[in-house]
Amino acid sequence: MVTVQAPVAGSTTADRVIDQAAPSKRGGRLGLLAPAGLLLIVGLIVPLVIMLWYAFTDPSVGLGNFRWYLGDAVQQRILLRTFTTAVNVTVVCVLLGYPYAYAMVAAGPKLRAVLTLLVLVPFWTSLMVRTFAWVILLQDHGPVRTLLATLGLGEVQLIRTNLGVVIGMSQILLPFFVMPLYAVITNIDRRLILASSGLGAGPLTSFFRIWLPLSLPGVGAGSLIVFISSLGFYVTPALLGSPGNSLISQQIFTQVNGLLQWGRAGTMGVVLVVITFAILAILALVSRRSTRRIEGVRS
Amino acid sequence: MRNPTARMWKGVLWAFCALVALWLAAPSLVVIPLGFTDKRSFSFPPTGWSTRWYTNFFQDPSWVGALASSLQVGALVAIVATIAGTAAAAALTRSAFRGRQAVNAVLLAPMIAPVIVVAVGLYALFLRANLLGTTLGFVIAHSVLALPFVIVPVTASLNGFDRRLESAAAICGANRWTTFRQVTLPLVAPGVISGALFAFVTSFDEVVISLFIQSPYLQTLPVKMYASVTRDTDPTIAAAATLILGLTTVLTLTITLYIARRNRVR
Amino acid sequence: MSDNSISQGAAITLNKLTKRYGHATAVDAIDLDAEPGEFLTLLGPSGSGKTTTLNMIAGFVDITEGEILIDGKPVYALPPHKRNMGMVFQHYALFPHMSVGENVAYPLRQRRLPKSERGRLVAEALNKVGLSNLSHRMPRQLSGGQQQRVALARAIVYNPRVLLMDEPLGALDKKLRDSLQLEIKRIHAELGTTFVYVTHDQDEALVLSDRIAVFNHGKIEQVGSAQDLYERPSTIFVAQFVGESSLFHGLAVDHGEGKGVVSLDRTLYAHRGDARIGAPAALVVRPERIRVQPTTGVEPSGNAVRGRILQEIYLGSSRKLEVELGDGSEVLVRESAGDVTANRPGDLVWLTFRPEDAVVLTSDESTATPQLAADDQIPVLTAQLAVQRNRSV
Repeated sequence: MVTVQAPVAGSTTADRVIDQAAPSKRGGRLGLLAPAGLLLIVGLIVPLVIMLWYAFTDPSVGLGNFRWYLGDAVQQRILLRTFTTAVNVTVVCVLLGYPYAYAMVAAGPKLRAVLTLLVLVPFWTSLMVRTFAWVILLQDHGPVRTLLATLGLGEVQLIRTNLGVVIGMSQILLPFFVMPLYAVITNIDRRLILASSGLGAGPLTSFFRIWLPLSLPGVGAGSLIVFISSLGFYVTPALLGSPGNSLISQQIFTQVNGLLQWGRAGTMGVVLVVITFAILAILALVSRRSTRRIEGVRS
Repeated sequence: MRNPTARMWKGVLWAFCALVALWLAAPSLVVIPLGFTDKRSFSFPPTGWSTRWYTNFFQDPSWVGALASSLQVGALVAIVATIAGTAAAAALTRSAFRGRQAVNAVLLAPMIAPVIVVAVGLYALFLRANLLGTTLGFVIAHSVLALPFVIVPVTASLNGFDRRLESAAAICGANRWTTFRQVTLPLVAPGVISGALFAFVTSFDEVVISLFIQSPYLQTLPVKMYASVTRDTDPTIAAAATLILGLTTVLTLTITLYIARRNRVR
Repeated sequence: MSDNSISQGAAITLNKLTKRYGHATAVDAIDLDAEPGEFLTLLGPSGSGKTTTLNMIAGFVDITEGEILIDGKPVYALPPHKRNMGMVFQHYALFPHMSVGENVAYPLRQRRLPKSERGRLVAEALNKVGLSNLSHRMPRQLSGGQQQRVALARAIVYNPRVLLMDEPLGALDKKLRDSLQLEIKRIHAELGTTFVYVTHDQDEALVLSDRIAVFNHGKIEQVGSAQDLYERPSTIFVAQFVGESSLFHGLAVDHGEGKGVVSLDRTLYAHRGDARIGAPAALVVRPERIRVQPTTGVEPSGNAVRGRILQEIYLGSSRKLEVELGDGSEVLVRESAGDVTANRPGDLVWLTFRPEDAVVLTSDESTATPQLAADDQIPVLTAQLAVQRNRSV
């Protein structure tokens, strides 16, 4: 009853049948990606390319815009201010957000749900609403100033200052730091801390030597998001700051809206995008090396 | 917790977190009482109460128009972004292919690109294409921003989906499209619905790009609010802000509870 | 072979069926026939190609070379949903958002059957698997065994001519497996459909099948009934995979009419075998056919090998002895409870067996002669081994 290896009568098909579905699989995948791809091209790629184009061609072809930008002292000061503001905002978010995320992990399920909700709702509340709220709070005769005066801290100018901008942006961006950080530290194996204390380490040692290093990827991810968002923020600096201490985003607006200097606006845009990508690249390298270190130790 | 020092530190932690929580949630709340002030000023806390700003909001055609525009654009964006994002997520999770990481990164790029640069670029593009102040223009611009917020939950949903169910449906006689409709989609619905709601909220809240692509004929609500703040002191903004706050909170709570309920049922 | 005259099963033919993934070959030019209405099992270890073969028949995996014919007609152009086969998966694959009844009715929906017709067929199918009252339940409310029966009902509800089963009982515990095996056998007899069943459990294969195809590294080593495979294995792999075997390694030698196997310091005879002369080979005997005698007394005539008992394993109805041979290899001897000898671990014994119970098969690298142990008590001398070929091979 074992089969004889004879071809079935009548079958003239070749023995070789190539993988039938491969081309159609690829076509299907392309079709699925097409709508999103189209949107991205029209809504993201083309605008960025246009800005790039203007940077190099308006008013004349060449690097003239860049030479102007890098040479203009005022612009360079603004760029530096943008950078330092982003750093300040990130630092505030780290200092405030790290303990909060830690508490979220340490809390019981009900409390954690409350803490999560308190983070999520601002996350989804309109940027405009939150900025407006800060305008109300930080205004000249507003509640915060009055409070600070009563506490004996004297007359502090809050609105139309960089300080006000940092305060507002930190509060708005804090959820963007807490969420990625929480996602990482919630996966840290709690038993590692138990093991550490079992080996004789005090709670502070366990924290600094075990918990902190393992949480750094989350800190990195959160800081990255906050920093990059800060660079491109427009509405909050515009409403809480002033033209005298403007950031690069406000400059871009001015160049386009008032002065119709597309080339210069494009240049600033290019600078922003380049800085963003540079930071991403650096962080990608750092994270890959630190992952290799951790994985290396494990293996 | 026998160690008193540890307990003290724990207390410090909780006190600190309470303050941070307050800092997170409280500021936005100031818009609520301000919407009921009786004076035409932003002074806070208000000294008198009135509902005239709400009446003003609903009677002023420009405010109501802005609200209607936001709702309309938001709904359309929810539809467009959900369809495009779900399809993209399906392509990403179906099978590993070369360049999948790259495609994934590109699809999430709108979250990373500096908004102001994109906004100005869109302004230039729409200027040429006569799309300024058009619903189509708004839908395109907002859908791009909303895409990542659809792709992430849908991908998560698809990854948790048992592929063998599709094989089972196929051997039962269902073709690709029928399988998707009758088996995959119902089981992936939570992710898709979450994505749709996130897309709506993203569009409804968006202000920077909307500032640039607006025209007197089509303004969304956040744009009108921005214009109002920069131009004069009109507490109607506070009424609008309260409405937005209420709508967003309700939607966020709905999504969160919906997801929690689905997870518990499983 | 099921002797069903109203055979509803289709004949399946695999011609030089091959599947390659890049440079790796999962299925290597296999030829296989399933008779209409037969219960054919694809048996083999993980990665042997049996599941890939099943998936090619179903249409989930594309064919690299070769063809699949159902009732003589090639199917490679048909996508899975057009092949009109039934399939039962290892983890049931029941649609969690549909009730039991809706799950079973699903294939009928695809065939656009009217509602009344659907209801009747669903009730029949659920009845056949013994789940008549559970039509309204949801899958997550059922036990594993019940879910698998629903999966079975869904696969047979539209009377397919081919039913494919991919290790369907793998996720269940032993008792449940045993009872469901009998159910499956009964349903097969009732329906007369051609069953193609994949498993790595040789006991399961022996219970269920009309014929078994043994897979190894993408090739079929042997196809036959349970008795064929057990009593007349054609390769060492089959001898070891189906049931237990004891192997005596050496070089094949010609003796009289046929080939033989060299082992240690003596020649061992078998009545069957087709090993290549001069090539490494093994003489294969089933453990229950080997007798144990103490080395005191006269040396037995015929096939006799010296060894030392390493371990004794008590199994209730029988006992197994692990015996170490001169070349370091170990063989198994099985004694049923009534025939237990007085031998104990550490004893030196003679192992004897009849030539009729042995077969000589070629060794490949995976079953080649083991390395010699350093200090051997029994000297190893190469010698001639002869096999008398039995014409009935």
